[in-house]
Amino acid sequence: MTLKEVQDILNAEVICGEHLLDREVKTAFACDLISEMLSFASSDTLLITSLTNPHVIHTAEVMDAIGVVFVGGKKPSEDIINKLDHGNIPLLSTPLLIFNACGLLFSNGVEGCMRGKTW
Amino acid sequence: MHERKDVVSSPCQPAANKPQLTLRFKIDEKDFLIAGESASKTKKALQQLGLKQEIVKNIAIIVYEAAMNIVIHSNHGEIKIIIAPNQVVVLSEDVGEGIPDIELAMKEGYSTAPNEVREMGFGAGMGLPNIKQCSNELDIKTTVGLGTTLRATIYLNPADTKQVETGTMYV
Ligand SMILES: Nc1ncnc2c1ncn2[C@@H]1O[C@H](COP(=O)(O)OP(=O)(O)OP(=O)(O)O)[C@@H](O)[C@H]1O
Ligand SMILES: [Mg+2]
Repeated sequence: MTLKEVQDILNAEVICGEHLLDREVKTAFACDLISEMLSFASSDTLLITSLTNPHVIHTAEVMDAIGVVFVGGKKPSEDIINKLDHGNIPLLSTPLLIFNACGLLFSNGVEGCMRGKTW
Repeated sequence: MHERKDVVSSPCQPAANKPQLTLRFKIDEKDFLIAGESASKTKKALQQLGLKQEIVKNIAIIVYEAAMNIVIHSNHGEIKIIIAPNQVVVLSEDVGEGIPDIELAMKEGYSTAPNEVREMGFGAGMGLPNIKQCSNELDIKTTVGLGTTLRATIYLNPADTKQVETGTMYV
């Protein structure tokens, strides 16, 4: 599905990156630990998290995430959004909590991702 | 750059293990944002050099985790990303408490990070294992009470593993 469909399914607000919502979402990764994101998530995956600090946005950038969904209606502060170069990463916020957000995406065909050893 | 008489290389073709470019990031105590910033900047620089996406990602992850470890677990330090035609070396040097038991520190899930750090999403005890997974070679030297030097090497050409000149280490 596309990020636009993710937005609809999760009833999410687009914080930034409106123009990138035609991106295809095949896999997602949900967690609240930075090192786990960095070690398990593969590239081109959708990150689902309740962390809204600047580290998450840097992490999304480093791991080549295709987008970030903040759960529980959380949003990074204006300051973080304006100051950080989140470049090509659309940021969304859903009122759903993490279990329901993941469940809905999973039942609509999005799979979990796991980064294998790279070489 | 200081001259070294013991390194001989032909003038038209630089030796594959000779550094072409070094990025440096000074990491101060409690400067939590510098870690992610250093990783982002490293990533952009390496992309511009045309390195493969997967390799760029791995190096950025190493820089992120190593910088975060300096911020959380040491007093201060510096990260250098030394880029040579055949390899990239991430050299992290800090002044701090050091690591009393490296084998234990390498275990997934082992962490001494304080609560305030865990609330930010760090402290899973995954950083060092992750650095190992992302590098071809990892060497950690530490002296308790003095500090830690971590050297992670990523070979760009697996057939050529001649070590790069990185100068002296502090520890
Ligand atoms: N530069 C360092 N100086 C002193 N101790 C360190 C250093 N790096 C790591 N350690 C020790 O090794 C442990 C494991 O490090 P590791 O990076 O794997 O996990 P972490 O930093 O605690 O959590 P995470 O990286 O998942 O956020 C740390 O908790 C700390 O005790
Ligand atoms: Mg760490």
